[in-house]
Amino acid sequence: MTAERNIATTPIAASAAAAEDAFKNDPTATLEGVRGKDVTKAAKALLKDSAKRGGGSIQMQDVVKIYPGAHKRALDDFNLDIKPGEMVVLLGGSGCGKSTALRSLAGLEDIQGGRIMVGGQDVTGVPVNKREMAMVFQAYSLFPHMTALENVEFGLEVRGVGKEERRKVAMEQLELVGLADQAKKYTQQMSGGQQQRVALARALAIKPRVLLLDEPLSALDAKVRVQLRDQIRRIQLSTGTTTVFVTHDQEEALAVADRIGVMNKGKIEQIAAPQDLYQRPATEYVATFIGLTNRLPGASNGEEAVVFGQRLPLISGSAKGDSVAVLVRPENLALSLPGQNDSKVGEHARVEVIHFLGSLVRVDTVITSGEFQRWNKGEQLKVTVQLPANELPAGLASGDDVIITPRPVAALAC
Amino acid sequence: MTAAIAQNGPAAAKAAGPSASSASSSLAKHRQELGTIAVSLPFFAYTACFLLAPTVIVIVGAFQDRSGAFTLANFNNLFAPNTIAAFITSILVSIASSVIGAVVGGLASYALVIGAKPNGLLRRMVSAISSVLAQFGGVMLAFAFIATIGINGIGTMLIKTLTGYTVNPNWLSSLPGLITIYCYFQIPLMIIIFLPAVDSIRPQWREACESLGGNTFQYWTRVALPILAPRFISAFLLLFASAFSAYATAAALFSQRSILVPLMIQGAMRNEMDANQQGFAQVLAFAMIVVVAIVMLLSHAVEKRAGRWQ
Amino acid sequence: MNETSATTETTAVAGETSAVKPPQLRAARVRKQSIIKFVILFVTLAFLFVPLLAMLIFTLRHPLSGRWSAAPWIAIFTGNGESLGADLTVLWQGLGTSLALSVVTVVLMLLLLVPTMVIVHIRSKALERAIEWVATLPLTIPAIVLVVGLGPIYRWLSADVLNTNPIWLCFAYVILVMPFAFRAIAVGLNSIDVKTLVEASRSLGASWPKVFFRVIIPNLWQSILSASFISIAVVLGEYTVASLLGRMNLQVALYQLGQSNSQISTAMSLLALLFGVVLLVALDLISDAMRKSKEGK
Repeated sequence: MTAERNIATTPIAASAAAAEDAFKNDPTATLEGVRGKDVTKAAKALLKDSAKRGGGSIQMQDVVKIYPGAHKRALDDFNLDIKPGEMVVLLGGSGCGKSTALRSLAGLEDIQGGRIMVGGQDVTGVPVNKREMAMVFQAYSLFPHMTALENVEFGLEVRGVGKEERRKVAMEQLELVGLADQAKKYTQQMSGGQQQRVALARALAIKPRVLLLDEPLSALDAKVRVQLRDQIRRIQLSTGTTTVFVTHDQEEALAVADRIGVMNKGKIEQIAAPQDLYQRPATEYVATFIGLTNRLPGASNGEEAVVFGQRLPLISGSAKGDSVAVLVRPENLALSLPGQNDSKVGEHARVEVIHFLGSLVRVDTVITSGEFQRWNKGEQLKVTVQLPANELPAGLASGDDVIITPRPVAALAC
Repeated sequence: MTAAIAQNGPAAAKAAGPSASSASSSLAKHRQELGTIAVSLPFFAYTACFLLAPTVIVIVGAFQDRSGAFTLANFNNLFAPNTIAAFITSILVSIASSVIGAVVGGLASYALVIGAKPNGLLRRMVSAISSVLAQFGGVMLAFAFIATIGINGIGTMLIKTLTGYTVNPNWLSSLPGLITIYCYFQIPLMIIIFLPAVDSIRPQWREACESLGGNTFQYWTRVALPILAPRFISAFLLLFASAFSAYATAAALFSQRSILVPLMIQGAMRNEMDANQQGFAQVLAFAMIVVVAIVMLLSHAVEKRAGRWQ
Repeated sequence: MNETSATTETTAVAGETSAVKPPQLRAARVRKQSIIKFVILFVTLAFLFVPLLAMLIFTLRHPLSGRWSAAPWIAIFTGNGESLGADLTVLWQGLGTSLALSVVTVVLMLLLLVPTMVIVHIRSKALERAIEWVATLPLTIPAIVLVVGLGPIYRWLSADVLNTNPIWLCFAYVILVMPFAFRAIAVGLNSIDVKTLVEASRSLGASWPKVFFRVIIPNLWQSILSASFISIAVVLGEYTVASLLGRMNLQVALYQLGQSNSQISTAMSLLALLFGVVLLVALDLISDAMRKSKEGK
């Protein structure tokens, strides 16, 4: 890796670092400078051979994006702060603005308000091809008339890197993604997974300050998807490139991210490490989007709640009230047979379906008492419980009566 | 790309399928094959009568003398000065109208695709009109241009009242006039042929090029044009073939002057009883087949070359 | 690290930046592109529309006297050209022949192509390629060349087998429309999985004719329509074969009439063109409606 890094190391590196410091001290002055007439020139000077390559920080501040002719904001005062070398995943359903955020960062979309900083420099007015970021698209982004090797060389070629040099770098990148032996193939002769690895190599070859991945795995088979996602993470860790990864697949997000930003309606609802996000969701949207969750009726004082007679601690930011919904994960519910259970807490339920998931079992139940039906807007209250397979009561079958009890694990009330 | 993969899947399965079970059902398979051939028999019989037979008649006739014996003498007429001149004019008109048609039609296809919805109204209207105008050869096209810049044409009168200049009434049958008329069906033809090619240019390529640091010039010279080039060339060759084969428009404009090869064929067919004209129509037709076949082979070669990555 | 988004850190900066509107680089490029687009399309369409407009004016303004009148149009729609001193019998005869020819050609073409293409598509890749090669061959053999070879065949046909009725031009016309029709149907065949459709319906107990008429044809409907419309357009515009074989059709009639009254034949040409546009726009609308109703499901 160090050998490759050296390509970027030039005398200009020192001055670029100095310029970057100047930026930090007086952001407004440089802002005017960059937005002046010679946007490109200024940007070129500042971005050329930045010493921060492979580790730029990112700040997106109050970014507003409105598509022409649209009424709603695709990005609504969007804020994102990423540390150098971090891998952040933007996660959300379709139309939540995650791809728009990524494309705005790349410069592929104009923004109507706010600003974008990379490595401390304002790049809001810098055109895409001067931002020194590289993007991997969902699919079909490889140039079909070039071989894998020529594709990887492309970014270096447009930078005027000599033929020998760029061939060497490109081969190294192909080796990194394990495709050195496919270098001479045209991209149509490759599988979808191989194509995306070439796209990754092509992006990394220019030593981008930021690597942008726009649902790079969604067009692939499940098995390839898992392999490639782990490979992306390994390479990202070894190169230390700041990376923004957009996906709608929560499993993918949980597997690769340093931090996950869950997006909804053009905003980040919560950004946190995967585990925190799962265990301490800040909003109902986040709780329901990531993993399975049960919405159970309870009474809350803001710090503790009572659900099915059981007292449980609440996550800070929970709602208060006599009739709130408490969000409890399936694994935080205990299931027992009426005969075994001598405690006074818990609620009777009828088993509907039992799903065996190998070491785990998931049991779908319906609460027997009609008392909660009114609370649940007239619908039967369904509760899903997950437990280790060996804890499942022997002989449990559909239609059996069981007692469901929440475990005293912190939950969110809303 | 994925479509190609998806297609390969069933094809491979198809190939593997019959061989696995062939031992038990070879008789049934044999019957099935016979059935397939039987169903396609009318098609082949028909094309043999009305496509193959005429072609054979042309080729054989080119090498036959009056008594039906083999001869190369018919080809002497081919090297007469006026025949050579007709071939040169035909080829010149075809090349010029194809170059203009390909460039203008290519640009128009590009203009129709960029920044427009795939099923936008403008695009659909233009492609529907193009498909009509591409077929709009012949007599009707001649009328259109006579009405525009013929002796009593609207354009001729307009130019005269506005500038006082009288357009040469023979301009239509001059080389530039003929080229202009041919462009009228070449441009729409190019739009129909080339629109799918421009459609296949993915916006991701431009975005990828930009995000890798390429500017607009680099995008065009390194990505878009090289990808479009093979299909542009083969479209150009098809346009050439269509102009070279065109007969009706020229025939309607000047029936008495054999300045183009198709018009010479017409003349030769009318004078078949003339001893000097024996087999001349067949020779000319044979020469046309050769020219068009060369063009088609070139087009095939270009496509095959691009096939390495397409 | 694990708290909600970084709002608190950035609000201070946001106050300053919100006043400055970020440069709209992409929008500027889109504007530039749309100007180029407009210029190209305007010039191209102008070139295509000027002769059509000239045709229209030509039919309305008498070339010698300069008087404006709708006489040619009245003549066509009343079927009486006496006011202009023209005999329209030839025109009606040619139009009738061309319309009959287009119907017969379409029927013959469909009978010849559709069953063959479907069976071969399912059963034999090699035969399919052979048929494709043969069917697109007429693109390589100019009509004028074909006529040279068809001459003796038609002489024999009209003398010994059939007669000189122009309807028999349909045999040659099927060959002329074949490349276009073949492509239209091939597009349809490739867009549906015929093999699976056949296997599914066969496994449900459908007989071959039933499979063909109830399953395949409905799925190919759109491309059959498209093949037919294109064939009609080609037949109505055909001049080469008819004129050189000495048969009457619409185009030959137009040409003959053009010698005596160019206004009427220009008006008729415009009508034929309009008919072609209507045909193809209708096809476009039908396929659009079909696509929408499919997506609607």
